[in-house]
Amino acid sequence: MDHPLAIQTRGLRKVYGDKVAVEDLTLDVPQGEVFGFLGPNGAGKTTAIKMLLGLVAPTAGQARLLGAPIGDPQTRAAIGFLPEHFRFHEWLTAVEFLDLHAALYGLDPAERRKRIPELLDLVGLSEAAHRRLRGFSKGMLQRIGLAQALLNRPRLVFLDEPTSGLDPLGRRLVRDIIRALRDQGTTVFLNSHLLSEVEITCDRVAFIKAGRVVHLAALDTLVEGLTAVDVRVGGITPDLVAGLARFAKPGSLRADGDRIHLVVDDEEVLPAISQWVLSQGARLYALAPQRPSLEDLFLQVIGSDVRE
Amino acid sequence: MLESDLREDTLAPPPPAASLIGEKHEAAPALIGQGVGGVGPILIITRLTFHEARRRRILVLGFVLGLAFLALFSIGVYFIQRDILRSGGIADERLIREVYGFLSMAGLYVVNFLIIMMAALISVDTLSGEIASGTIQTIVTKPLRRWQVVLGKWLGFLAMLSLYLVLMAGGVILAVRILGGYTTPNIMSGLALMVLEGALVLTLSILGGTRLSTLANGVLVFGLYGLAFVGGWVEQIGAAMHNETVIDIGIVSSLIMPSEALWRLASYQMQSPLTRDLGMSPFAALSLPSPAMVIYALIYTAVMLGLAMLLFQRRDL
Repeated sequence: MDHPLAIQTRGLRKVYGDKVAVEDLTLDVPQGEVFGFLGPNGAGKTTAIKMLLGLVAPTAGQARLLGAPIGDPQTRAAIGFLPEHFRFHEWLTAVEFLDLHAALYGLDPAERRKRIPELLDLVGLSEAAHRRLRGFSKGMLQRIGLAQALLNRPRLVFLDEPTSGLDPLGRRLVRDIIRALRDQGTTVFLNSHLLSEVEITCDRVAFIKAGRVVHLAALDTLVEGLTAVDVRVGGITPDLVAGLARFAKPGSLRADGDRIHLVVDDEEVLPAISQWVLSQGARLYALAPQRPSLEDLFLQVIGSDVRE
Repeated sequence: MLESDLREDTLAPPPPAASLIGEKHEAAPALIGQGVGGVGPILIITRLTFHEARRRRILVLGFVLGLAFLALFSIGVYFIQRDILRSGGIADERLIREVYGFLSMAGLYVVNFLIIMMAALISVDTLSGEIASGTIQTIVTKPLRRWQVVLGKWLGFLAMLSLYLVLMAGGVILAVRILGGYTTPNIMSGLALMVLEGALVLTLSILGGTRLSTLANGVLVFGLYGLAFVGGWVEQIGAAMHNETVIDIGIVSSLIMPSEALWRLASYQMQSPLTRDLGMSPFAALSLPSPAMVIYALIYTAVMLGLAMLLFQRRDL
């Protein structure tokens, strides 16, 4: 019954008309992992999640969740889902809404009575328990949606942009919940374009671009062997920047006033950078190596032309 | 506080992930069984459908309008009755009966129209609306099958329609009974035919909602209703002119959309024997649809409902 892989996909593909939404999705996500699914808007992230949840039928390929083929209703009892732009029956109160979804999960009334206040408390909505969802702010809706996804104590949770619409406090809450889920062995599939979010919470990330996984790595090994450099220069010229780009990993260079940020292969390049700057007659104020961020990597993998 | 909540209450017991689903299945096998393939999810959706109609005030509006109509109708019957009495009574008892028979048919004709409107309006956006807004996504990813959602909604709307019909038609029938002492014949079979008519319109509207936008679906349902309505009249005129071709055109339209044929059968059941023989009136049938039309309409409704389930099952959401 049990399966070491929470998610397993092979060549999953979705074509709408002549538009390819997901080219080829091949992934293994072991149980208990917090998996980040990263990519620019329109890269096929949501379509991929919808295929995994059986909302959209794949054009080709196969996938299994918790060892069972996708779309298997039994398995759904162990899966939680928070859709992107979460919308629902806004004429329900928070409690009615959770009760409906708990009933659909097959929880009996006694368990629902116990579980619902717990979850309202968890997402900080106890005060709003008997208010209609119509009057909820975007952030509150996101919270109640998250509570809905956890009603059944899922073994696998899909969160599609869970922090959209949340203030910093709400984002912190989502992070804490994801950590708690990981601590008790729940697999989390996190769809996000917020890199800092993923950087903090995920064990492993996949970069998806134009419907294809272009990079897949554990987060702590992801940036190994790379160095980010902050350069501050007086008397900057286009030629100088163009010259610096030769040292940088493709797409990683960003210039902002007198500050230039780039990612290089290793620290041995730093003296050469300083030489180049000085040879151009510019004044070098700072040349600081640092650990590259996920954003550096993202820009490098996805390409600098894509903005958040 | 938050951290301890998470650990100790909300997400506890911290399971070996492997055992969680197993435990669940052992703890509540019946529920899970119900959850997939059983009636559990269907009834939850049915309840939700009722709840939604109530919260969105659709039912309230329908009933308020219906009651306004019943009040007007009763007042009308009351004044007619008073005139009959004041004029010293029309000598012929039979003629008075015919007047009330005609009145009750006029009332039921309006009820028939209200039922069709209600059937289409309450259900026209139930699937297309939830698909467009995305609310359907968290429903169909629960441990249930999509056809259960369709069936649950259908049952909920059918129950509402039946209730509405009983109240409205019952009001008309009671008004002429109490005020005029006239008893409408064959009430049960007549109302059953009207329920079937409402169910048919409802089913088409749900079927359309699986693939069409709300607006397109509304156009489809009312378009078909209009076709059946005109087709019914074409058939009547054809019968009056004894023109077989014209009658056939009417019959074909009834086969495409049997709603009007069902109303003509229902009105035939509930009108007075004399009106029946007289023929031509808005509520009477010169060319009476064959009783086989009832069987046809039942099969038609079942097939459309099955098709709705299938199309909804197969579409991308």
